[in-house]
Amino acid sequence: MREKLVFEISKKGRVGVSLPRCDVPEEEPERLIPERCLRKDLPLPELSEPEIIRHFTRLSQLNYAVDTGFYPLGSCTMKYNPRVNEEIASLPGLARLHPYQPEELCQGALRLMYELGEYLAQIGGMDAVTLQPAAGAHGELTGMLIIRAYFLSKGQKRHKVIIPDSAHGTNPASAALCGYQAVEVKSDKKGCVDIGELNKLVDDDVAAIMLTNPNTLGLFEGNILEIAAIVHRAGGLLYCDGANLNALLGVARPGDMGFDLLHFNLHKTFSTPHGGGGPGSGPLGVKKALAPFLPVPLVVKQGKRYLLNYNCLLSIGKVRSFYGNFGVLVKAYAYLLSLGSEGLRQVAENAVLNANYLMNRFKDHYHLPYDRICKHEFVLSGARQKKRGIRALDIAKRLIDYGFHPPTIYFPLIVNEALMIEPTETESRQTLDRFADALIKIAGEDVKTLKSAPHHTPVGRLDEAAAAREPNLRWKK
Amino acid sequence: MHYIPNTDGDRIEMLQAIGLASVDELFSDIPAQVRINAPLKLPSAFSELELLEHARQLGAENANIDDYVCFRGAGAYDHFIPSVVKQIVSRAEFYTSYTPYQAEISQGTLQAIYEYQTLICQLTGMEVSNASMYDGASALAEAVLMSCRVTGRDRLLLSQTLHPEYRQVVKAYLQGISVEAVEIPYASGLTDLDWLKKELNDRVAAVVVQHPNFFGLLEEVDEISQIAHRVGALFVVSVDPISLGILQPPGTYEADIAVGEGQVLGNEMCFGGPYLGFFATRERFVRNMPGRLVGATTDSEGRRGFVLTLQTREQHIRRVKATSNICSNESLNALAAAVYLTALGKEGLRKVALLCLRKAHYAWRETAKLNGFSPLFSGTFFKEFSVNCPTSPPKINQVLLRQKIIGGLELKGSYPEHENGLLVCVTEKRTKEQIDEFVESLRKIGEEQ
Ligand SMILES: Cc1ncc(COP(=O)(O)O)c(C=O)c1O
Repeated sequence: MREKLVFEISKKGRVGVSLPRCDVPEEEPERLIPERCLRKDLPLPELSEPEIIRHFTRLSQLNYAVDTGFYPLGSCTMKYNPRVNEEIASLPGLARLHPYQPEELCQGALRLMYELGEYLAQIGGMDAVTLQPAAGAHGELTGMLIIRAYFLSKGQKRHKVIIPDSAHGTNPASAALCGYQAVEVKSDKKGCVDIGELNKLVDDDVAAIMLTNPNTLGLFEGNILEIAAIVHRAGGLLYCDGANLNALLGVARPGDMGFDLLHFNLHKTFSTPHGGGGPGSGPLGVKKALAPFLPVPLVVKQGKRYLLNYNCLLSIGKVRSFYGNFGVLVKAYAYLLSLGSEGLRQVAENAVLNANYLMNRFKDHYHLPYDRICKHEFVLSGARQKKRGIRALDIAKRLIDYGFHPPTIYFPLIVNEALMIEPTETESRQTLDRFADALIKIAGEDVKTLKSAPHHTPVGRLDEAAAAREPNLRWKK
Repeated sequence: MHYIPNTDGDRIEMLQAIGLASVDELFSDIPAQVRINAPLKLPSAFSELELLEHARQLGAENANIDDYVCFRGAGAYDHFIPSVVKQIVSRAEFYTSYTPYQAEISQGTLQAIYEYQTLICQLTGMEVSNASMYDGASALAEAVLMSCRVTGRDRLLLSQTLHPEYRQVVKAYLQGISVEAVEIPYASGLTDLDWLKKELNDRVAAVVVQHPNFFGLLEEVDEISQIAHRVGALFVVSVDPISLGILQPPGTYEADIAVGEGQVLGNEMCFGGPYLGFFATRERFVRNMPGRLVGATTDSEGRRGFVLTLQTREQHIRRVKATSNICSNESLNALAAAVYLTALGKEGLRKVALLCLRKAHYAWRETAKLNGFSPLFSGTFFKEFSVNCPTSPPKINQVLLRQKIIGGLELKGSYPEHENGLLVCVTEKRTKEQIDEFVESLRKIGEEQ
């Protein structure tokens, strides 16, 4: 099934919506606005309502989604998105609010933000939280700016941020965006930060180390207390990329491990849907010493009233307009209340159990570069298959034929032909087994079948090189 | 826990399969000192019924714009959202999928983004658009950073008529790098062109204005564009996409980067987010753009398909040298914008813009007739205007609230020089009756002075 573009469906004279008649004097626009400011032509498409619904419905059917199947995309925590969250987020009393409406008329919204901040602080072991960042990477940027402001307030200008070679690309990019020099620290044979290397790199020019824990191999940084001691001794700070927090919910808290800052990914750990690439939300938690630098406004409680406090002299300012992705916050809040503290721990336990169960099934069929208990995800290597000329990409594409979304591939960079698999807690053992059966079967399939996969999708493998060589980024008549 | 399929029996069997005796052993790699032994201090679980009830109560403590009549804008606007938009973005095939990394099973999202990019180009008259940024303010900040990359210069001129929060965001994004942002003062509510001409030199990477500006006024964009280009600076403009239903698009006045807040294109105000920032520029800058891009290509059988492209600009490949750190953007909101622009189409968007224009002017004229109320500025405006009030705006808004009207934004907060200034917004949703009631309330307040 393929679908034309809206521009190809468009026919002159069709309209897609009925609008109210004008009930005030219908003055000619030229009388209200100088003619040179008015546009001559508006080249938008023209479709009727049934055509619009059919077009976008057909497009939706070309997508794979959590609701249609298993989505073990490592590092992305593609868990089930509870429906009650959607219903709550669309209540008029929560969705149809102007961000600048008076405080006395948004007490419910402010209370929700305040309480969510408190819950997240509690879960992460942090002292204060901003809900403003719109995604994980945005939380990282906010954190880097806060670290910078903190050192400036102490009269120090530090230049380096240490980042492991296994880190996600946003980590070095966020550090660089804030003017820091990103210094790479190597991983050791166990897949964790090499302490010897770290010792060599840490000095008083290091502002922070940015760690993901569990790291992107799905492994807990067992030396975390030592790492914290090394960095803190040199006056540096510890930043935690909380993308992998699902493994730790109710089990351990980054704040207790020595982390000074931590961002949460509500669109991963806290069940809010990813929307085909956003909206996300990346609240940032910090320890007390960094709280004065958080973006404004902060939601505070005075007696029974909730207020927006803009009066923070040392604040870094703002990283986006208004208060953050409120609609996403509502869903995460609803999720946390559905779980309660016992449910929270069950999430982590089952996510980790599912990952270990699944990993165990592959031991005889794929190279497992780090053979130890994993947390919420694990990374296989396609190295054995590569000897036969089969790439991780081929394996991923072939999984589509079996009805599964492929894992994350070629990340982390330190694993050859990486296949990064994260099952989450919302999958049943039966699903895990079916997936394992498929991936094991693929390991023995012939090269031709794999190279030509996927076989049943609306399009086959697309020519990405051509797309980049001669970019066609928009339809033209 | 009903979101978790595993039963106690499953767990026991699964542990046996991996040779462990208990779930706790799965966490034995975490140092004992940092393992939590007592439950966290969180509320105990709510049932679905209790949760819905609790949420409704929270919602009831907020004024929502179904119950209140909203004359407030200033960056978030109460525009009509057709049902088709809500229906499409509620399809789980769209909202429960991730970023379209696997093109063959993500053609729905990819094609929709390609359509979105095209629609943004059509609307703005620009050559290329990305797949979205977090919001209008961060899109502007990214535009400013891109200007510095493109020109290799380190000074920016930002008009004071830009949304105050946008200026704050731009400045935050610049904190870590040595780029200086200078504010251009305003005169009669518009960017001061004399000042601009004097201060502009070849160190300036970009001149940045909002059009219509924060006070609602149309800026002299043609002239500002020419002035900026004379010294080789880029012209960066933040526009209201609804206004482009009738106003000249940025492409016609040679803007180099056009950004803006896409909330108005089919997204609820939602207390400030999620929204989307759109970002459009010239083709020759495409490799300097931040964010994701979708391109059309073909498969081995020559069938058209869509892929994420020019990814060598992005963080997952380029890391420290990426054009931006952005990863997740606001894809579902961009989808809403695409459906909205398709539904409104050529005629509809023009109609909405005309309704805003006429209703705002009606409200403005009726207000200006009142004793004590006068326009703050004399310039041309679109859907927002600033008035000077005979008494303190907070007092006026208090009275209006009793009639379930959310009045204009008090300008004093960001512009102390306008002690009694009120920024009023009138969208196509306001009826003549509502406007008359609003004006009548103002009249009464004015007469009590
Ligand atoms: C480990 C890690 N860090 C950071 C990010 C970036 O998060 P976001 O897409 O929310 O900006 C991701 C997302 O894929 C990630 O997996």
